[in-house]
Amino acid sequence: MGELKLMKGNEALAEAAIRAGADGYFGYPITPQSEVIEYLMAEKPWERTGMVVLQAESEVASINMLYGGGGTGKKVMTSSSSPGISLMQEGISYLAGAEIPCVVVNVVRGGPGLGDIQPSQSDYFQSVKGGGHGDYRLPTLAPSSVQEMSDFVPVAFDLAFKYRTPVLIVSDGLIGQMMEKVELFDPIPRWTDEEIVEMHPWATNGKPKGGERRIMTSLYLDPHVLEEHNYKLQRKYAEITKNEVRYELLDAEDADYLFVAYGSSSRIAQKSVKLAREKGIKVGLLRIISLWPFASEIINEFTEKGIKGFLSVEMSAGQMVEDIKLAVNGRTKVEHFGRLGGVIHSPEEVLEALEQKLIGG
Amino acid sequence: MTEEIIIAGFGGQGVLSMGKILAYSGIMQDQEVSWMPSYGPEMRGGTANVTVIVSDERISSPTLSFFDTAVILNQQSMDKFEETVKPGGVLLYDPNGISKHPTRTDITIYKIEGARLAAEMGNTKIFNMVVLGAYLKVKPIVKLENVIKGLKKSLPERYHKLIPLNEDAITMGMKNVVKI
Repeated sequence: MGELKLMKGNEALAEAAIRAGADGYFGYPITPQSEVIEYLMAEKPWERTGMVVLQAESEVASINMLYGGGGTGKKVMTSSSSPGISLMQEGISYLAGAEIPCVVVNVVRGGPGLGDIQPSQSDYFQSVKGGGHGDYRLPTLAPSSVQEMSDFVPVAFDLAFKYRTPVLIVSDGLIGQMMEKVELFDPIPRWTDEEIVEMHPWATNGKPKGGERRIMTSLYLDPHVLEEHNYKLQRKYAEITKNEVRYELLDAEDADYLFVAYGSSSRIAQKSVKLAREKGIKVGLLRIISLWPFASEIINEFTEKGIKGFLSVEMSAGQMVEDIKLAVNGRTKVEHFGRLGGVIHSPEEVLEALEQKLIGG
Repeated sequence: MTEEIIIAGFGGQGVLSMGKILAYSGIMQDQEVSWMPSYGPEMRGGTANVTVIVSDERISSPTLSFFDTAVILNQQSMDKFEETVKPGGVLLYDPNGISKHPTRTDITIYKIEGARLAAEMGNTKIFNMVVLGAYLKVKPIVKLENVIKGLKKSLPERYHKLIPLNEDAITMGMKNVVKI
């Protein structure tokens, strides 16, 4: 068993970056995720593993540092919160277009605009429907505990390099700020330069003798060439959709109704399941772990089996609920419940919404 | 066993660290724990609170509307959290600075003169440990030895010489908690 610690979600994420063998972290502070860079600066990973930690002059600069670092085959990461992630969207689109692996973490806060610093889940659309321009998708993981803030970092790096794509981790202020028990995984050594040359023949780490020049670009001026490039990306996204759907079912076997939730809302909904079961209401929880690719197939299966309805529980005005509706395609009831602007819904409110919108409705 | 606690008072009273030590003590005896602070604008207004859950099972929601125990250390928190104690639950408070005392009859109310006792011990900073002692007397969810282990884990090494003082403060709290 690994080392047990009591840590904030943000701290666990930062420690996990070091342990995952990251080569560089580039970020700019913003509440509620500033502990990530604070922890890294205090921990001095450059002394532990040689990992670089740099406070960039802005979010725009940090995302472009990922373009440079990731382009050379290094494991690079940034984190921010909603307004900062909005600033990064141009860079993320370029990274997706140039197929550069990297990990971007969004500890979501209330919006739109500068919003507030409380937990929110209103960046779902931005995360999975293309926050930047162009036909691209980002594998997106949503941790719901401090443990997963740690565990998902190496998973995200694996996905990033397996598919040569930026990967998003979407957390929120609640998961970032709370402390829980976390079992830290054993450190993974950073790749040596030789290993990178061998593993990543696409990386721009110097023109090999007799080999072709390597260019990381998203610019293809000939539309037919760009179309071909887009088809290649789409084949990759199809592959990811086939292989990388992640979800968890809780108390779902005998359920008449299902809550569908991710991140902190899934924790709250778990409590609502308990409260409901005490009242004799058979409800379970489908916890979405990969926001994209989405767990449409399992939703389809429950629909086929005759589930009476789904309640999407999100701290937003209803974003993920659209993907549930697409999967259900009108065959059963789909409703949404969630508080807005950084207000955290209570387990009791979620249960009440189930009773009013689905059972009574 | 699942114990859901809110600890609430002024910033600087050691509310968050008391919660942290409790959470660490839970880890020391292989339990699941969560610690969720108020971190928003309300914290900047001077009040601080933290929700701590210690459980034998996987913890669901880290934020709650109702609690098994409320530890209340100022009037604002009394106004806000007295009503959030579950029927049959526990309210523990320090009467120092409290003008409106709790009135509920469906819960058990305990009093600890934490501020006064800490001052008498010559160190007002151990106030939160006196309160923790009082809490552990009422709700012995974690063993004292595990609290000490938790203290060792959560305090930087240079403060370990203060552990005996903290232990005395906990004992003081245990001895002086009064049921109302």
